[in-house]
Amino acid sequence: MHRFTSFLFLGGFLFFLSVLAGILPLGDPPMLIGQVIQNQGATETGAANLVTAVVLGYRGIDTLGELAILFAAATAGGLVLSSGRRKSSVCSDDDAGFIVKTAAELLFPLLVVAGLYIVIHGHLTPGGGFQGGVILASAFFLPLLARPSAKMNHKVMSLVEGFSGAAFICIGLIGLFNHGAFLQPFLSKGVVGELFSAGTLPLLYIAVGLKVGAELAGLLAALNEEDDTEEGNEHA
Amino acid sequence: MLDANSILFAGAVGLLVIGIGGMVISDHLYRMLLALALAEAGANLMLVLAGFKWNAVAPIVTFSMAGTSGMVDPVPQAMVLTAIVIGVGVQALALTMIIRIRNAYGTLSMREIKHKMEQDFAAKADLPIETRNIPARNE
Amino acid sequence: MIEWFLFVIVIIMLSAAIMAMLLDNLLAATVSASVVSLGLAMVFVFLKAPDVAMTEAAVGAGLSSLILALGLKRLGLWKLDNDEEDNS
Repeated sequence: MHRFTSFLFLGGFLFFLSVLAGILPLGDPPMLIGQVIQNQGATETGAANLVTAVVLGYRGIDTLGELAILFAAATAGGLVLSSGRRKSSVCSDDDAGFIVKTAAELLFPLLVVAGLYIVIHGHLTPGGGFQGGVILASAFFLPLLARPSAKMNHKVMSLVEGFSGAAFICIGLIGLFNHGAFLQPFLSKGVVGELFSAGTLPLLYIAVGLKVGAELAGLLAALNEEDDTEEGNEHA
Repeated sequence: MLDANSILFAGAVGLLVIGIGGMVISDHLYRMLLALALAEAGANLMLVLAGFKWNAVAPIVTFSMAGTSGMVDPVPQAMVLTAIVIGVGVQALALTMIIRIRNAYGTLSMREIKHKMEQDFAAKADLPIETRNIPARNE
Repeated sequence: MIEWFLFVIVIIMLSAAIMAMLLDNLLAATVSASVVSLGLAMVFVFLKAPDVAMTEAAVGAGLSSLILALGLKRLGLWKLDNDEEDNS
């Protein structure tokens, strides 16, 4: 009976989505807002990458909401995972093999440079804070995979994360007090296509990149630690 | 029928149906998490597909846009950027909850967990525990 | 010409999605889910969305698979096929 109703539900869902396919004007969307942003976006914000202009300029509040959701998920994950009894420094994993150790030492500076490049050039080429932040997080997690006995410094990660989140909000508040709207871009726009252009948009993306990188590195380190509670011991 | 739009839309619909079907039908908690990831991928594809225009370029201002019919819509792409990152945050939190459930109950099968939870509630509320077996699945 | 390319990628994605639901070994199911993310990143490049393609490749095929695999190790479900044959 359970299987039958599940398949009935899936059949109805498939029918609904197919009807939607017939109605949507695929291939020729009526871009009302999109056309305006295409015509005015580059000169109004100074960024060459229009998706960056939308994410940080026209819809900056949504990005703040996304940072809040990521912060809640990473903090809650870290809290839920670390509530067992903490063993002091017993670690049952040996070091990884020779290849992983050498590759981790060679890859770490390359990953940091690539991540910072993608973050800083977010307003000129495809990229930005989220992509570069993920690359930075994996750069800081790689030494933990190579040497499982080394612990990540959670205090430094929390400090970087809190500081860059506060920097994002402070830049928004300066825009509110000086120019009338929260997260209003206010530095000089410069020439479209140069590195120092688009006002505060690169600064916002640098804050986002550092915050996302520190958060995800902390979450990965919390997932990687050894679990010392036995199975079923909390169930009476 | 072999139009690029139809193929991609069929792919997006297929991914959504497989993802949501997997969440509804499956019994193991980890497979539900994998099905959630697949459903999110399908929904993001459908969003980006809604802003696609033929013979258009990517939404980056270069100075050579001759011969094209404008740019692709940048607003759905900004929304999908946010949606992908939120999706991975939700998956990480769901995984930590699955780890805690396994530490508490020792199993990852939905029916066994439901049975043990009902026993726990009955024991805490001092109700008589029904000694019935786990009901067999109607295949 | 490009329709055939897209057709092949969509077939790969759908079959990897079905295999992620049907495989017994959970590690193989996680790898199938990351194959879906990889195919999706290629489709996003065709749809002229380079930002979204880069995010999907980094987050979906990289970070999400890493998080799921680390969770598998912590749940104790990390089994390769060779171990079961040796113990029997």
